[in-house]
Amino acid sequence: MLRIRKAPMLAGALLILVFPWIASRVPAISHYPDLMVFAGVYALITIGLSLLMGYAGQISLGHAAFFGIGAYVSGVLTTQYGVNAWLAMLLGALAAAVVAVAIGAPSLKLRGHYLAMATLAFGIIINIVFREEARWTGGPDGMVGISGLTVFGYALDSAGKYYYLVWGIVAAVFLFTVNLIQSPTGRALRAIHASEAASAAMGIPIARYKVIVFTFSAVLAALAGSLYAHYMNFINPATFDLFFSIKLIIMIALGGMHSIWGAIIGAIIVAFLSLEWLHYFEEFEIVVYGAVLLLVTIFLPEGLSGAPAKLMARMRR
Amino acid sequence: METFPFLNQLLQFLVTGLTVGAIYAMVAIGFNIIYNVTEIINLAQGEFVMLGGLVMVSVHTSLGLPLLLAFPVTVLVVTLVGVLLDRLAIRPIRKPSVMTLIIATVAASIIIKGLAMIIWGKSPYDLPAFSGRTPIDIGGVIIQPQYLWVIGFLVAVAVGLTLFFNRTILGKAMGACADNPDAARLVGINVRHMVLLSFALSAAIGAVAGLTLTPIALMDYDRGAMLAIKGFGAAILGGLGSFPGAILGGLILGLIESLSAGMLASGYKDAYALIILLAVLFIRPSGILGNLEVTRFKRF
Amino acid sequence: MVKKVAMVFLVCLAICGWAIQPALAEYTVGAIFSVTGGASFLGDPEKKTAEMVVEKINKAGGINGQQVKLIVYDDESDATKCNLLAKKLITQDKAVAVIGPSVSGLSLAVVPVFEKEQTPLISCAASYKIVHDEKTGKPYPWIFKTPQSDSLAVEAIYTQMQKMGISKIAIISVTEAFGASGREELLRLAPTYKIEIVADEKYGPKDTDMMAQLTKIKGFAPQAIINWSVGPSQVTVVRNWRDLGMEKITFFQSHGFGSRKNIELAAGAAEGVFCPLGACNIAELLPADHPQKQVTMEYMNDYKAKYNEPLSSFGGHAWDAMNLLADALKAVGPDKAKIRAYLETKKGFVGQHGVFNFSADDHNGLTKEAFQMVVVKGKDWALAN
Repeated sequence: MLRIRKAPMLAGALLILVFPWIASRVPAISHYPDLMVFAGVYALITIGLSLLMGYAGQISLGHAAFFGIGAYVSGVLTTQYGVNAWLAMLLGALAAAVVAVAIGAPSLKLRGHYLAMATLAFGIIINIVFREEARWTGGPDGMVGISGLTVFGYALDSAGKYYYLVWGIVAAVFLFTVNLIQSPTGRALRAIHASEAASAAMGIPIARYKVIVFTFSAVLAALAGSLYAHYMNFINPATFDLFFSIKLIIMIALGGMHSIWGAIIGAIIVAFLSLEWLHYFEEFEIVVYGAVLLLVTIFLPEGLSGAPAKLMARMRR
Repeated sequence: METFPFLNQLLQFLVTGLTVGAIYAMVAIGFNIIYNVTEIINLAQGEFVMLGGLVMVSVHTSLGLPLLLAFPVTVLVVTLVGVLLDRLAIRPIRKPSVMTLIIATVAASIIIKGLAMIIWGKSPYDLPAFSGRTPIDIGGVIIQPQYLWVIGFLVAVAVGLTLFFNRTILGKAMGACADNPDAARLVGINVRHMVLLSFALSAAIGAVAGLTLTPIALMDYDRGAMLAIKGFGAAILGGLGSFPGAILGGLILGLIESLSAGMLASGYKDAYALIILLAVLFIRPSGILGNLEVTRFKRF
Repeated sequence: MVKKVAMVFLVCLAICGWAIQPALAEYTVGAIFSVTGGASFLGDPEKKTAEMVVEKINKAGGINGQQVKLIVYDDESDATKCNLLAKKLITQDKAVAVIGPSVSGLSLAVVPVFEKEQTPLISCAASYKIVHDEKTGKPYPWIFKTPQSDSLAVEAIYTQMQKMGISKIAIISVTEAFGASGREELLRLAPTYKIEIVADEKYGPKDTDMMAQLTKIKGFAPQAIINWSVGPSQVTVVRNWRDLGMEKITFFQSHGFGSRKNIELAAGAAEGVFCPLGACNIAELLPADHPQKQVTMEYMNDYKAKYNEPLSSFGGHAWDAMNLLADALKAVGPDKAKIRAYLETKKGFVGQHGVFNFSADDHNGLTKEAFQMVVVKGKDWALAN
C-alpha cells in the first residue's frame, strides 16, 4: 500500500500510450479513446478524492460541485469574456481552491456522517446556483459554444489528440500524488486517518492538513471540469449534480479506497460500465450496475485494485 | 377579486410545510432506527418510501383490496424487502467498515430502483385519498384531508416507537445494542437479530410514509433518492440517532422550504433549507438534539 | 512498378468496396432518446414510435427498395452519454442521419458534434435555441427539429388570453430545462401581447407539493396562471390549484400536458384547464377536412393497437422526425449533404404536430397555428374555440 512499485507504473504508462493505436485497429472498439477521455477526466477527480478519503479518511459527497466550478468558470470566461482557455482553466482551479478553503475550514471539523451531509448540502447548493443564475450559466438548458483547446495554434480537436492531453495530465498528477504520499505529508495524512487524537498528540496540525488535502482534491476536480467543458463544448447543471458526487464515491469504492491505482482503475471501470458496457442490458441496466457494485463490495472490500494481491495470496496458499 | 390577508397566507405556508416536514420526519426516523443499531446510514431508505407507494398502488388499485386490508399487506411486503436488504446486502459483508456498508446500501438502492422500474414502468401512479379529496377550509386556510393522515401517521409512529423502545423487552434489547453492541452480546442479546429487526422496522415506517404521500404527490420509481436525501438532512439537522431530533429536523426542513418558497425566491427554496442546515452544523456539529459524545466516530 | 501500381489500385478498390458495401445494403438511421432516467416519459413513447414507423416502412418494402436499419440508443438523460452516443452513431455505426435527443439540454449538448461531423440531426426537443445559433442569428446548418418551439406554445397561449380578455397573469415553472426554457419565452413575449406577469414562481421536479407557491400567487390575484413543466409535478400543481379553491384563476398548462394520462392522474382536478396541443393528441376531435386528420388518426390507431397504451404527444415528435427523414431518403438517397439540403427546402410535410414548411431561416418549419387550444371537459380534451 505504501510503496508504489515502478514496474506496474511503466506497464500502465505503456498501455495508455499505445491504447489509441490498438483501438484504431479494431473496428468494434474504435470509439474507445473517446470513452477514455472521459475516464481520464474522472480519474483526475478520483485521484484527489482518494487522497482525501482513502488516506486522510475524510468523506466528501460534494465533489461534483468543484468539477462544476472548473467547468463553469472555463465556460463563462471563454465564451462571455473572451479569456484565453488556459488562463480560464487556471482561474477555475483558483476559484475552486478559494471555495474549498472557505467551505472546508468549517466543514472538516465535522465528523463522519455529519461531514457527509455538509458536503452533500454544499454540492446541492452550488448546483442550484448553476441552475438559477441563467444569465451567466444558461440555466438548466446548459451552456453552448464553448470552444475547443489549442496548443500554440495546434487544435486538439479529435478524441485521439485530447486523449493524450488528458492522460498526460493524469500521469503528471499521479506522479505528484505518489511522491506526496511517500513524503512526510503523506505519513501525516495516514496518521490522521488512523487516529486523530494520536496524531494531534504528536503535534500534527490536523485541521490544516485536512483543509490542504480537501483543497488539493478540489483543484484537481476543477481542472477536470475545465477539460470536460472544452472537450464537450457544452455543459449543463445536471452533469454536476449530487448523483455525480455519488458516482465518484462508487468509482473509489470499486477501484479500491486505499490506493491511487484504485482511483484510476475505478474511474476507468465506471466510465466504461456506465457509458458503454451496461447499455447491452437495456431495461436491466440499472439493476446490473447495482448488482456489480454490491458484489464487489461483498467479495472485494478492498476494491478491484486489491484483487491481484488477493489472488496471489490465495495461490500461495 | 377577493383579498387574501397576509396572516392567512402565512398559516397556509405553515400547514403545507408541516405536512411535507412530516414525511421527511418519517424518513429521518427510518434512518435513525438503523443508525442506532448499526451506525449505518441506509441510503436505500428512500426506496422503501417509493415501494410503499407503488406496492400500495398494486394492492389497492390493481388488485382491489380494500384500504384497511391493503395497508397491512403493503407494509408487510416492504418490510420483507427490508429484511432481504439486510440478509442479501448487509450481512454478507465480512469486514464491515462504515464506508463499505454505505456503498452496499447505495448499491441496494440502485437495484431496488431498477427492479421497480421493470415492475411498474416509468409512469407515475396515483392513489385515492384515504378520506376523499374535499379540502377543509378553516378561515381561509385550506387543509387537504390527506394532510391530516400524514401528520396523524407521524404521531402514531412516534408514539408507537416510544412505547416499543421503553415498554417492550425487544425494544429495550434494541436500545442496548445501540448503546453498546459488545455488552449487549454479553448479556445474551442476538445482535444480528436486532440488526435485522432494525431494517424491518425502518422499512415498515418508510412504507407508511410512502403510501400516505402518494395520494398527495403521486409516486414513480425515481422518487426514492430525493426523499432519502431530504430525510438524511432532517436526521442530521435534528441530530443523528435522536428520535425527537428526527421529528424536529423534518418539520423544520419542511417549514423552511415552504416559507422560503412562499416568501422568497422559490427557485432557491432547497438552497435556503440547506444553508440553514449548514449553519446549524457549524454552530452545533452534532445537530440540534444530537450528542457528540454519543455519536462515536467510526473510520471510513 | 506496374506491379506496385496494380497493388495500390487493388487495395484502393478493396477499401472503397468495403466502405461502400454496407451503405448499399441498407439505410442506417440513428436515434438517441432518453428512454430511461428523468425524461423517460419523453424517450419511451419516442422510441416505441420510431420503431413502429420503421417497421411499417420495412414491411412495405423499405425505401427505394432498401430496408431501413434503425439503431436506437438510450442516453439516460445524461449529457456525457448523449455526446458519446452521437459520435458512436456517426463514426462507428455510419448512420446517415440521427433523430433525437428527447430533451432540449441534451440536444444542445450534441449540436457541436453534428455540426463538426456534418451529419443531419432532427431533434425531438422543444427549445428554440436548438435551431438558432446566437452567433449568426440563423439556424445551425445541420440541425433541424420537429416539436413546436416553446415560443410558439407561448404565443398560442397568449393569443388565447387576449381573446379571453386576460392581461394579468402569474407563471410557475419547474427548475428543469423544459420549465426554464418555457419561462424564458413567457417573460420575453409578455410585453408583445401586453400581458403583465405579477408572479414568477418555481418548484423542483421531485417536489411533493406546490401549495406554498400557489398560495403566494393567490395573494397577487392574477386572472390566470400558466404552469410550465412535464412529468408528475404538473399533475400535483393542478391538484393544488383546485384544493386551494383557485378555480376563478384560469389555469393554463404548457404543451407538456399532452397526455390523457395526466387528466386521469389529476383525479378530476384538471377540469377547465387550458392547454395548447399538437393535432395528434386530439385526432378524433379534428374536423374531417383538417389536413392532419388522416395521418393523426392512423398514427393513433397504429400506436394503440401495437402498444396498448394511450398516445402521448411526445411520440408524435419522433413520428414527424422519422417520417421526414424517410421522405428525404426516398428523394435523395443516403447522402448527408443532400439530405440536409432537401430538408431545408421541404415544404408542406403533413406531420403529427403540424404542416412543416422548412427554409434556410427556419429549421422548425411550424407556426403557432400548429397548436390547437384545448380545454379539459368531462375528463377529456375539447376544442376551446
